[in-house]
Amino acid sequence: MSATPTVHDVIVVGSGPAGYTAAIYTARAQLKPLVFEGTTFGGALMTTTEVENYPGFRSGITGPELMDEMREQALRFGADLRMEDVEAVSLDGPVKEVVTADGEKHRARAIILAMGAAARYLGVPGEQDLLGRGVSACATCDGFFFRDQDIAVIGGGDSAMEEATFLTRFARSVTLVHRREEFRASKIMLERARDNDKITFLTNTAVVAVEGETSVTGLRVRDTVTGRESALPVTGVFVAIGHDPRSELVRGAVDLDPDGYVLVRGQTTATSLEGVFAAGDLVDRTYRQAITAAGMGCSAAIDAERWLAEAHESGAAGKMIGAQQ
Amino acid sequence: MSDGSATVTVSDDSFAEDVLASNTPVLVDFWATWCGPCRMVAPVLEEIASEKAGALTVAKLDVDANPSTARDFQVVSIPTLILFKDGQPVKRIVGAKGKAALLREIADVV
Repeated sequence: MSATPTVHDVIVVGSGPAGYTAAIYTARAQLKPLVFEGTTFGGALMTTTEVENYPGFRSGITGPELMDEMREQALRFGADLRMEDVEAVSLDGPVKEVVTADGEKHRARAIILAMGAAARYLGVPGEQDLLGRGVSACATCDGFFFRDQDIAVIGGGDSAMEEATFLTRFARSVTLVHRREEFRASKIMLERARDNDKITFLTNTAVVAVEGETSVTGLRVRDTVTGRESALPVTGVFVAIGHDPRSELVRGAVDLDPDGYVLVRGQTTATSLEGVFAAGDLVDRTYRQAITAAGMGCSAAIDAERWLAEAHESGAAGKMIGAQQ
Repeated sequence: MSDGSATVTVSDDSFAEDVLASNTPVLVDFWATWCGPCRMVAPVLEEIASEKAGALTVAKLDVDANPSTARDFQVVSIPTLILFKDGQPVKRIVGAKGKAALLREIADVV
């Protein structure tokens, strides 16, 4: 419960590609960043398998390996990494404050927000009760337990295709349940799933409920065209229907769009508050790639560094006027 | 963090003796090398193991090498932590959680 008197230059909240890249850049700029990695450090890539499109790794690299590399790189330049969750922030004024889950307070002049996005759930009856009992949000973690079983993947984007394809290593059959006819997934991922004999596509189908007492026994699904309901017997359900920005921490503090994404000014990473910057999936509703998140993390670090330099020159951190328009 | 691990490694063979027959409560971490979120909880569990030494044993069980224990306790999602007291599972925690949250979860037993 001790209040640290130190005022850091910059605190980074989050530890995906955006957070670690911001940490690498601010550390190299001698800003000695304090980084709250949080419980789920490494971010969304910690639950992916092979990352085939991150430049510089021509044979691919696994998500956790890529994150290990970024983390070690940040450590190499002296970033102070803390595996704690941030529970509250106070972002007004020239000195900002961050409160961790165990009640410790840390202060800094600039803050970089990079909390990423959290996997979305279906919100149907049975889903939360059977979480960890057949309902899973992490195919790479749990696929192993469904060897020779019939399972379902819910979703129509790249992560649903990736998970379905990955899960065929273990499962006897994978039914891909998608509520529309068309897919948001990229062509290469969709084709790969379509070419897989173990995967069956069930389109125009919505999940009504997850069924089972102590473990999943099936899904109740509804044909979105005819409205007819039927049962799909499966023992595993992998939900891959997208992500929501993890902006609860800063709701009411910085401007968000109606879906909860943090708004930034123009091409910058500056939020509606002076000295507060944001990057990665917390901001980006369009691209949401490891490489774009890393790129934004870099931008946030440079924005923060320049802002600190200018605020220091003008002598008052709160005075600097942000980007034009 | 010191080099020596504060946690103990248990297996299908040693589970009855090391966990079920233990006089102190045992928090068992069901994990595997391929599981990203398991890597997140590992250092947190090390810390808890050193801080609670004597009052709590933190044990690690690799589900890949020891599938039957995982099956016995119906673990189909990792990381799963199960707290055993007097040979009985008394608490089940699914998914990676922070230190403060984990300590809160086991507070009424440890």
